[in-house]
Amino acid sequence: MATLTLLQAVNDCLKTEMRRDANVVVLGEDVGKNGGVFRATEGLHAEFGADRVIDTPLAESGIIGAAIGMALYGLRPVPEIQFMDFIYPAFDQIVSEAAKLRYRSGGQFPCPMVIRTPYGGGIKGGHYHSQSSEAYFCHTPGLQVVIPSTPYDTKGLLASCIRGEDPVLFLEPKRVYRSVKGEVPEGEYTVPVGKLAIPRAGTQVTIVAWGSMTHIALEAAEKAQTEKGISCEVLDLRSLVPLDKPALLESVRKTGRVVVIGEAPRTGGYAGEISAIIAEEAIDSMEAPIVRVTGFDTPFPYTLEHAYMPNAGRVLKAIDTVLNF
Amino acid sequence: MTTEMLQVIRTDGTVHGKPEPPLPEELLRRFYRTMIQVRALDEKGMLLQRTGRIGFYVPSGGQEAAQVGAAAALEAQDWIFPTYRDPGMAIWKGASLTEMIAHEFGFATDRCKGRQMPNHYAFKELKYVSISSPIATQLPQAEGCAMAIKIKGTNEIVLGCMGDGGTSEGDFHVAMNFAGVFKSPIVFYCQNNQWAISVPLKGQTASESIAIKAKAYGFPGIQCDGNDVLAVYKAVKEAVDRARSGGGPSFVEALTYRMGPHSSSDDPKRYRPAAEEEEWRRKDPIDRFRKYLQKQGIWTEAFEKETWDKAREAVNEAVKEVEKAGPPAVHTMFEEVYKEMPAELAEQQRGLIEYLKTGEIKDSGEAFPL
Repeated sequence: MATLTLLQAVNDCLKTEMRRDANVVVLGEDVGKNGGVFRATEGLHAEFGADRVIDTPLAESGIIGAAIGMALYGLRPVPEIQFMDFIYPAFDQIVSEAAKLRYRSGGQFPCPMVIRTPYGGGIKGGHYHSQSSEAYFCHTPGLQVVIPSTPYDTKGLLASCIRGEDPVLFLEPKRVYRSVKGEVPEGEYTVPVGKLAIPRAGTQVTIVAWGSMTHIALEAAEKAQTEKGISCEVLDLRSLVPLDKPALLESVRKTGRVVVIGEAPRTGGYAGEISAIIAEEAIDSMEAPIVRVTGFDTPFPYTLEHAYMPNAGRVLKAIDTVLNF
Repeated sequence: MTTEMLQVIRTDGTVHGKPEPPLPEELLRRFYRTMIQVRALDEKGMLLQRTGRIGFYVPSGGQEAAQVGAAAALEAQDWIFPTYRDPGMAIWKGASLTEMIAHEFGFATDRCKGRQMPNHYAFKELKYVSISSPIATQLPQAEGCAMAIKIKGTNEIVLGCMGDGGTSEGDFHVAMNFAGVFKSPIVFYCQNNQWAISVPLKGQTASESIAIKAKAYGFPGIQCDGNDVLAVYKAVKEAVDRARSGGGPSFVEALTYRMGPHSSSDDPKRYRPAAEEEEWRRKDPIDRFRKYLQKQGIWTEAFEKETWDKAREAVNEAVKEVEKAGPPAVHTMFEEVYKEMPAELAEQQRGLIEYLKTGEIKDSGEAFPL
C-alpha cells in the first residue's frame, strides 16, 4: 500500500477507473496536458489521449452541459470545475438539468456523472477561491453531494460515484489536498456513498464535520481529551446527500451533546440542516442545545481568512458550552 | 455581409428550380400528412386546455414545415435535443399520439409519469431527449452528445433545436463555441418564429440574421424559408450530411412565424399587430405545400379529406384511450429521483401515504396503480 496525499488519491482513482471502463472521460479547463491547476489529472492526457481527457473552452455551463450530453449518450463523464467558486455559471445545468433528467423523463434519461471540484478556505484564495457552497446543492433533489476528508475515502468514494447511476457533486477539500496523507490500496476498491465515518470514538460530545473541517474536529477532540479529559466522538459525514441519519442519531443519542462544524456562512448552511434533524428526532436524548461552529455571514475574506475559518479553539469553546449548559 | 434565404416553393406553390434530389411522391405525402397531424394535435390540445381537461398547451401553428422538414432530414439513429415547440419532430420520428396525449394529461400512462407540464415529451428509443422549460439548456447537452459520438466514432449525428429567443442565452453561445472547437457532428437548428413570447426578433439581436452568427464560431450557417418544407428539408439535409461525413457542425435558421400564442396562457393581441398575423397567415406552410402538391398533380380532394379525417380521428381515439387511465398514484412522486430511493425519501414517502389515510387529499391514482 502506498502513502498518498488526498490529491494523489484523486489522480490514482481517475487512472484506475479510466483503465477499468473506457466510457469514463474527463473534461474541464486545463485538465489535459497541464494536468489541472492542482495536478489532479496529471498523466491522464498522456495515458488516455485527448479523446478521453478533454481540455474544453473556458465555460463552466458548457463543461457541465456537455458532460450531461455525454452521460445521456452513455459515457461516464467526470467533469472538473477548477474551483467551486466558478461553478455558478453551471448552476442551471446542474440543478435544473443533470439533477432532474431521470425524474422528469420518467426514468428514461438518467444522467450519471461526477462533477469534481476543489472547495473551501484556508489556502489564502480570497472570495473566489475559497467558498464552501455545498448547501445550494444539498437543496437539490436528484443530486448527491459527497465530500471526503482522507486519501483512502477519496479514492474509494470517487470510484463509487463514477460507478454510480446518479449525478454527484464531489467536493474535494483543497486545504488538505497535500497536507493530509494516508495509506491507499493500489488498484480497484470502493467506499459506499451514504455511510458516515467515525474517525474518533468518544462518549461525552459528538462533533459533526465533513471535508477539511473533519481535521479541525479531530484536532479539537484531541485537545479536549489531553487538556481537559473530555471524550469527544468525531463524525465525518462523507456524504451530505444521502445523509447517514441512523449513524448520526445513534451517536447523538449516546452523547446527548452536539457541536456541528461547517466552514460555510452560518445562515442556511448544512450545519443548520444537521441541527434541525437532531432537534426533530433526538431532542429527548439531548442534554444541551446544539452549538454550530461555522463561517460568518460575510463574503469570504482574503486577509482575515484566519479569523473567518472555524478552528480548534472555537470548537473547544463550543465543547465547553455544550458540556456546561 | 448579407444572408440569402433558401426557398424551394414560393408562397403560391410554384417552384424555384427543382428540389434536388427529386423526392419520392410517398415522402412528399408523408410530409403533408405529418404537418396536418401536428395541426390536428394542436386543435385538440388547445381545445382540451380551454375546456379545462389539461392544464396547459404549447401550440405549433405555422411551424409545422419547420419541424417536419428538419426531422425528415435525419436518420433513425440520429438524436434530437428538442424544444417544447417541436412535436412535429416527435411525430415524424414515430412517437405514438396516445403517448403524447397521455403526457398532455400527465396521467399514469405518461412516459414522464405526470412530472412535467404538457409538451415536454421524452422518447428514449427515438433519441428524442427529455425537454426542459428553461431556454437553450439543451444546446450544450446536444453538443456533449455530439462529442461522445465523435469519441465513439459511430455514424449518428445530433440535431440541437432552439428558437430565436434561445439564441440570446449564454448556453447558445457556449454550445456553438464548443462545437466549432471540437468539430462535432451536430446541426444547430433555429426556428426563428420572430417572437420570444412578446419580444420581437429585433429585441433579441442586432444581427441581420441569426444564421450569420455561425460564421463567428467557425462553421457554416444558412437561412431557409421555414414555411417551405422542401427548403427546410434541403437545408437541414445538407447540414446533416456534412456532420455525418466528418465535416463538423452547421447552423440552419428556418425563418417562420408562430401563428398562435406562445402558450395557452399567452395573448398575442397584447403585443403583436393583427396585420402582421394576417400577412403570415397567407404564408401558412400547410397551404403552401398543398398548392405545391396540387401543381405536382399529387394532391386530390379525396387525399385532403382522408388526411384530415385520419389525423383528427387518430387524435380523438388517442384522447379516448388516454382518458381510461388517471393520474399517477401519489407514491410515484418519490420514485426515480435517484436510481435507488434513499432512506430519507422512503421515510417521506411513508409519511405522505400515512397522511393520505386521513382522506384530506385524495390519492386519485389508487384506482390506477402504475
